[in-house]
Amino acid sequence: MNAPFRELIGGVSPPIARSVHSMPQIRNFSIIAHIDHGKSTLADRLIQYTGLVSDRQFRDQILDSMDLERERGITIKSHTITLPYRGKGGAEYALNLIDTPGHVDFSYEVSRALASCEGVLLLVDASQGVQAQTISNLYMAMEHDLTIIPVINKIDLPSADVQMVKEQMDRELGLGPESAILCSAKEGTGIEEVLEAIVERIPGPRGNPQAPLSALIFDAHYDPFRGVIVSCRLFDGTIRSGDMIRFMSHQKTYKVEEVGLFRLLREGKKELTAGEVGYMVAGIKTVSDTRIGDTITLDSHPAQAPLPGFKEVKPVVFSSLYPISSEDYEALVVALEKYKLNDAALVYQKDSSAALGLGFRCGFLGLLHLEIVQERLEREYDLAFIMTVPSVQYRFTLTDGRVLIVDNPQYYPDPAAVQKSEEPFIRATIFTPERYLGSVMKLCMERRGVDARFNSPAPGRLEVIYDLPLAEVIVDFHDKLKSITQGYGSFDYELIGFRESSLVKLDFLVNSEKVDALSLIVHSDRAREWAVQVCERLKEEIPRHQFKIAIQGAIGGKIISRSTVSAFRKDVTAKCYGGDITRKRKLLEKQKKGKKRMKMVGAVQIPQSAFVAVLKADHE
Amino acid sequence: MSNSGLYVHVPFCRTKCAYCGFFSQTDLSLASIWLDDLNTEARLYKNFSGPFDSLFLGGGTPTVLSPSQLEGLANCLFTVFSFEDSTEFTVEANPDDITGDLPALLKDLGVNRVSLGVQSLLEEELAFLGRRHSALQAEKALDQVREAGFKSLSIDLIYGLPGQTISSWLKTLRRTLTFEPDHLSCYQLTLEKHTPLRRLMAEKKIRKARVKEEREFFLATSQFLEQEGYLHYEVSNFARPGHHCRHNLKYWDRSPYLGLGPAAHSFDGTARWWNTRSLRRYRRRLLCGHAPIAGKEILSEENRIMECLLLGLRTTKGIEIGLIRDVPEWGSRVRQLEESGLVVIREQRVLPTLEGLLHADGLPLVFV
Repeated sequence: MNAPFRELIGGVSPPIARSVHSMPQIRNFSIIAHIDHGKSTLADRLIQYTGLVSDRQFRDQILDSMDLERERGITIKSHTITLPYRGKGGAEYALNLIDTPGHVDFSYEVSRALASCEGVLLLVDASQGVQAQTISNLYMAMEHDLTIIPVINKIDLPSADVQMVKEQMDRELGLGPESAILCSAKEGTGIEEVLEAIVERIPGPRGNPQAPLSALIFDAHYDPFRGVIVSCRLFDGTIRSGDMIRFMSHQKTYKVEEVGLFRLLREGKKELTAGEVGYMVAGIKTVSDTRIGDTITLDSHPAQAPLPGFKEVKPVVFSSLYPISSEDYEALVVALEKYKLNDAALVYQKDSSAALGLGFRCGFLGLLHLEIVQERLEREYDLAFIMTVPSVQYRFTLTDGRVLIVDNPQYYPDPAAVQKSEEPFIRATIFTPERYLGSVMKLCMERRGVDARFNSPAPGRLEVIYDLPLAEVIVDFHDKLKSITQGYGSFDYELIGFRESSLVKLDFLVNSEKVDALSLIVHSDRAREWAVQVCERLKEEIPRHQFKIAIQGAIGGKIISRSTVSAFRKDVTAKCYGGDITRKRKLLEKQKKGKKRMKMVGAVQIPQSAFVAVLKADHE
Repeated sequence: MSNSGLYVHVPFCRTKCAYCGFFSQTDLSLASIWLDDLNTEARLYKNFSGPFDSLFLGGGTPTVLSPSQLEGLANCLFTVFSFEDSTEFTVEANPDDITGDLPALLKDLGVNRVSLGVQSLLEEELAFLGRRHSALQAEKALDQVREAGFKSLSIDLIYGLPGQTISSWLKTLRRTLTFEPDHLSCYQLTLEKHTPLRRLMAEKKIRKARVKEEREFFLATSQFLEQEGYLHYEVSNFARPGHHCRHNLKYWDRSPYLGLGPAAHSFDGTARWWNTRSLRRYRRRLLCGHAPIAGKEILSEENRIMECLLLGLRTTKGIEIGLIRDVPEWGSRVRQLEESGLVVIREQRVLPTLEGLLHADGLPLVFV
């Protein structure tokens, strides 16, 4: 737990009544919502209301503790917390709020958190109404057979239209309008009603403390002093410190050092039993050894079968990292190793490029995940590195029958030897007001969308379903959708597998030198368009040099696009100020620093930003 | 090692010009107190490695000082420090101060080089720059200085003004040459921070010259003056053979120089320091017996190389190849510059071409 967090708590939270420990009145729940519908604010209010922090210590969005999360206003790494609550009837409860990440990149993590609950608060913004993620989250909750409590938030907004939202929920979600609770998490109204609904409507957990241990891992994070802190939900059995436990997916065993509950700080406890949600420390060195969705059981008395739903998380977006200066390679190795301790979803392996030298090929859950990793490596490890254009994983069947999986354009096979090329597709579900249908369809068609289906869940609103190549949505599809629908469109997707596609490899040459790290695998129909866009974008990104720089796009040696960065026409100041050489030198030092953030390719300095920016070329 | 230079910053002007970012102030009544302080400051440095072979009175406007003040200043410097016989003694002068006996007085003091701040010979340009003198005054002053028979006459001009065309600028240059200056400093207008012109630009009342225009002005200036027999030896400086400014060359070849007066900069070969930009603090420090230094840095080897690069590549003397021998792939870097027409290599030196001088700020970056 980080320093400001500790400061905040100062050891004042009221103890959970003993009776709760011995006679657990437990409720396990999550809050699910479309992004920006106020999930974190509601979580903060619940924490504040139950007295875990005093009003004075209350800091907005307590659960989103990472700086990055705060800046982006989204939850990346989820936190869980046990809230003490005395119901209106006088009974004491322990409410386990299991926080979930709020982005489509992390939908598997969300599903495991939901599997640990008996109920959810389904939060809907009173002015925006039901959105794509509201629905996908609801379906997920329904798959787990959870009790759903609809909560309409932000009723304080002038644009709030509670009646409209209630009707939508009824029609689109089949949730009776009378069951919805109205609240404003920002103003703190309706919070008590929410808490009462949690204890009244959500059933307590069931399970047998005497049965063999079966605990679901729904989160894990790394603590530099204790190793991995595993967040888990016990379905059956009991776990105590000293127990030998086994992870059922890979059969590794560990000795439990400590178990306990998440309050604002971790609070050790003798044991966790069936129905409880808490943490376990067992001398595990990296989060990669714990797999979200895995089942923990006792080595001596194992459960018969693991809990259902476990999946290996597989990266879908790939990009390479190269240190800007080759001297920083070792620092990058260390940073990745450290970072990986706390992010099991990141995978990486050594990679090398003719243009950029030694680096790493990394796999990410999605583009947001990629950006988070990039920002955290830069921020927390002060590294300057190049990240190459993101790619998806392609499948090539060669004439000799071999099947190649390629996530790096550098390993694109000889086109003559390729019998069949395939690329991954997703099924996109888009919610949009009817009036934007034309623009949405145009966007999807530009992105090679097929199999359009339309549903009209409510007058004026449409659900548009398209099958799209993943490669076409990983970068700016969501931004684009937001902008053409003026913020009203929302989007969710699921991977649906490989489909045959006509692919080519597009190379880029800077001053006649091929920069392999800029290569792209693209659909042949879109190749020329890409080539032109990327050349134009590189022209904007590459600063002027003392000489003219030619940028060319090529397919197999044939140039199909070009642009030119013209040479600097003047770069000199008239005076050296009365012997003030220091000022001049400081300026040069600053420029030198800027240059350090660029990569020399031949005689050309290519800024870090150019490598990823090329894909964001499509902006008006 | 060449001799040291001595610079005195006279921090007074009758009025402030619209483009100038140098430190000066307009209350001339403070001048006599300042001269006392300068005397104190000079004595603190009496062991600075001499003898000097250049003395430069700059500012500010040294010629706002009264004849007796000028005399007092020169006496003080000649008493405290020792100078070579052939010392180049420059005074910066404003055309409207060149009246009556001033040229003769300067000659008597030993001044052998006058640098006259003409800036332009067109009335509307002078008004725009906020100069006090008229074109006619400037021409008169030029005649007077010329007649007084100093060894070197240098003229400062500014070009690249809003609305100026290359042909109007060349006309000014041509007119200037009729006064037969030995040296010309032609500065492209720079909109310095905290100046009235900078404010006008921020308010969008004037527009900075386009890079393309700046380039054309620069090339036209150089071509014209070279044709007229002046050597373009530094980005903004032109001299007839034998009339290079010895003092300014010290800045570019990293010879030692001592700067006295507020905001003056000094360099002793290993360290650089600079004085406070406040007349009051300057006085207070000296009254307490301290040098009025605001900052100081001791140069590392890396600093030294950077300086050699950025200063050397501003002059046609360029840099020694030895300076960049440790830079990885230095050969191909130099070749790239050579192929782009920015430098030539001659006698183990990398020399910027005219095009190179136009990119003098960017060239060092190739080697750091």
